Amino acid sequence: MSEMASLDAAWIDAAITSARPQAVAALLRYFRDLETAEEAFQDACLRALKAWPKNGPPRDPTAWLILVGRNAALDGVRKQSRSAPLPAEELISDLDDAETALAERLDGDHYRDDVLRLLFICCHPDLPATQQVAVALRIVSGLSVRQIARAFLVGESAMEQRITRAKARIGAGDVPFGAPDPTERARRLSAVSSMIYLVFNEGYSAGGAEVKARGSLCEEAIRLARLLLRLFPGEPEVMGLTALLLLQHARADARFDDQGEVVPLEEQDRGLWNRRMIAEGQALIDKAVRHRRPGPYLVQAAIAAEHGRAERAADTDWRRIDLLYGDLEQLAPSPVVTLNRAVAVSKTAGPEAALALIEPLAPKLSGYFYFFGLKGGLLQQLGRAAEARQAFDQAISLANSAAEAAHIRQRLDQLAREGG
Amino acid sequence: MLYALLCYDSEDVIGAWSADQERAVLARLGLVERALAEDGRLAGAARLLPSTTAVTLCKARESLVIDGPFAETKEQLLGFFLVECDGLEAAIEVARRLAVANPGRGAYEIRPVEAFKPGVLGRAVGSDAA
Repeated sequence: MSEMASLDAAWIDAAITSARPQAVAALLRYFRDLETAEEAFQDACLRALKAWPKNGPPRDPTAWLILVGRNAALDGVRKQSRSAPLPAEELISDLDDAETALAERLDGDHYRDDVLRLLFICCHPDLPATQQVAVALRIVSGLSVRQIARAFLVGESAMEQRITRAKARIGAGDVPFGAPDPTERARRLSAVSSMIYLVFNEGYSAGGAEVKARGSLCEEAIRLARLLLRLFPGEPEVMGLTALLLLQHARADARFDDQGEVVPLEEQDRGLWNRRMIAEGQALIDKAVRHRRPGPYLVQAAIAAEHGRAERAADTDWRRIDLLYGDLEQLAPSPVVTLNRAVAVSKTAGPEAALALIEPLAPKLSGYFYFFGLKGGLLQQLGRAAEARQAFDQAISLANSAAEAAHIRQRLDQLAREGG
Repeated sequence: MLYALLCYDSEDVIGAWSADQERAVLARLGLVERALAEDGRLAGAARLLPSTTAVTLCKARESLVIDGPFAETKEQLLGFFLVECDGLEAAIEVARRLAVANPGRGAYEIRPVEAFKPGVLGRAVGSDAA
């Protein structure tokens, strides 16, 4: 029995975490104020920790938390106005009927738009990208300020300030409470998808010692993407986004060696790749492709899946990857996409052709680490050692992390050995 | 009699598990599974990918394929076990063992199997196939 109790604590934790986006979103619709909604949810969680072990878990934890949170906040208002006394205990012990009614109201489009709205207000256009991410992690995922501060490698008080300021911005703006029309809904979906991708990238771009602290952001992003996908099951780009995150995160255990140094894709131990995530990503791509409206996330996911499919680096279908990057250039043209395509081109047509493809990108990518990394590599393959060294030196000066710089230094060492 | 034990739980809640929690649950389930296999009672077991990966073909509507699982429910079908049991009580007993290994708010639906064909694949598939 005592073992059951401790397992219940883990269950309560997971239930509260998973209920948070829906519950805060519904409370936000009800109170039309983020602060009140968050406090109401907090209050409901405290009551849940007391009530659930005693009365048993409710049939629908999310509906329970919304109802109790709403009542708690209303009680707070009443207490302030010194009116009615609190009927709290009976409420908590006998919720079943109210819960059912609320659960029914929660289903359907209403509920879907609640969560979308909550995610969308984090994408406030005045907020810089990193603040959008921090706010979403705080409000939607419910990470503590300390956890977020650690993930962003800043002090707790600095992060606290940043989040408070961002929330004030959100509070001052117009939160769109009307039901969105299809165009508006599509616009929100697209903004929210980019924000989720940003959350993922904050975790994915970490290197070395940061990996442990920031890797959880990748998992958080996948959780948010899955949430979005359950709300919008027929949106191919949401399938594509979820697949992309899964397929990239599947390689997490192979991307760094024991010293925290970057292991390039071709040298990764593919036995460390997470096959379940790859299978899930591929299943989502298969579904999305049937819609015949490929978007940028889906194409990027398809590229990641090509790598995931190859059992050895030598099995990679670079011709297909080249074609997919060609599609991506059409859908979302950017010098970075062309740069990536050049990697595929170097495999199918040789380093000369790849170099010709990236040379026109130089003015736009003069501050971009990967540009000089790739350029150096191509020049090295062509035996143009002096130019390669120059490119690698530039790459090191632009490296985003110690791990990236160390990787290029290895290439320079290799170059020195080749030169005798 | 062969019984199907269909596992239902909230994917939301399971998705909020930590990696350690998941490993611990899978290890405990593995023990139950192994014991059943050693007794010669396990006809098969399957864990399904999340219901977000599902599509559903509707027979009546000109074979329309729609995205998502057949039914939108609070708990989703996560997988199933096929176990030889000496009657319903024995099947409930197996479900209890699974529930201890994987506690939570979900449920095991216990259904007697009318007919079972072991199939021809003859090999395990997936991440815990070994």
